[in-house]
Amino acid sequence: MKHNLILRVVSKFLIPLIFLFALYVQFHGDFGPGGGFQAGVIFSAAIILYALVFGVDSAKKVIPPYVLRLLASLGVLIYAGTGIASLLLGGNYLEYGVLASSQVAGQHLGILVIELGVGITVMAVMLIMFFAFAERGRAEGDKE
Amino acid sequence: MIDSIVDITLLSLLAIHAIAIIRMRSLFAVIMLFGGFSFLSAGLFVAMDAADVAFTEAAVGAGISTILMLATLALTYAPEVHKEEKQPTHKPWLPLSVVLITGGMLIYGTSDIPAFGDPDAPAQKHVAPYYLEKSVPETGVPNVVTAVLASYRGFDTLGEVTVIFTAGIAVLLLIGGRRKSKTKIETTEDGNET
Repeated sequence: MKHNLILRVVSKFLIPLIFLFALYVQFHGDFGPGGGFQAGVIFSAAIILYALVFGVDSAKKVIPPYVLRLLASLGVLIYAGTGIASLLLGGNYLEYGVLASSQVAGQHLGILVIELGVGITVMAVMLIMFFAFAERGRAEGDKE
Repeated sequence: MIDSIVDITLLSLLAIHAIAIIRMRSLFAVIMLFGGFSFLSAGLFVAMDAADVAFTEAAVGAGISTILMLATLALTYAPEVHKEEKQPTHKPWLPLSVVLITGGMLIYGTSDIPAFGDPDAPAQKHVAPYYLEKSVPETGVPNVVTAVLASYRGFDTLGEVTVIFTAGIAVLLLIGGRRKSKTKIETTEDGNET
């Protein structure tokens, strides 16, 4: 697919828009439909589109596999860490109310942070799966 | 009026997709139809005002699942199979009767289900009124779905994220990483396909 000019031009135009939309879904999930799960999937879809058009190797230069593994764990860590933080601040586990000065502000902050954790993990895991499949199907000679 | 037209159109298209999926032998076409099926389901969820679910269905069901199934097809591709499903060797009567009986029981069961959106349905009576009344003053988040998912049901969502994380690790363990040099030689022939 490397010589398909129309696909390359159109996807170069589309990928930034998909990223923007993913960020919108991520951080606007508390006002409109969406949230971490959807944003993570949309974000990974943009990179998968890039990988399909420009090749898996180029996509791996954009976001190397070891970064993805770190990100996948980082997301869960952010989520669980929010719970620990609220424990340390004197609340129950995942009781966001204690995270900020008021109950509502704390809830808002907590929801934003854990949605970010969800988004990061989902994005990373989707890409890990895609790369694992894509890598497995390829000739092994051009690796290593 | 327009609602029922939309519903009938979407549901009949879903039925057409399902029948086509059963009838078709080309796995590539079946995967594409799965994607279409997911999109139609997402459309149905939108028609039922469940925008968040529709969003997930469109992104995960129609998007990522289709990609992963295509990748699986590419992985398991063997030239002699021609990417076609084999003709079944057995008669369909036993599975067909199981499907008909189960389907009949399910349809019979729907007669007891309260009407869609019925405010007196048991599901609307339990915690739903609390969430609808209290979620905005308690969390300041206008989207009740997000408030329930991330705050009231925060433990569940943490579990879900852990499940996704575990799934990623499982995929890495099963098919990720470097392959042994033994399998390398066997697979270099079909490797050029992707």
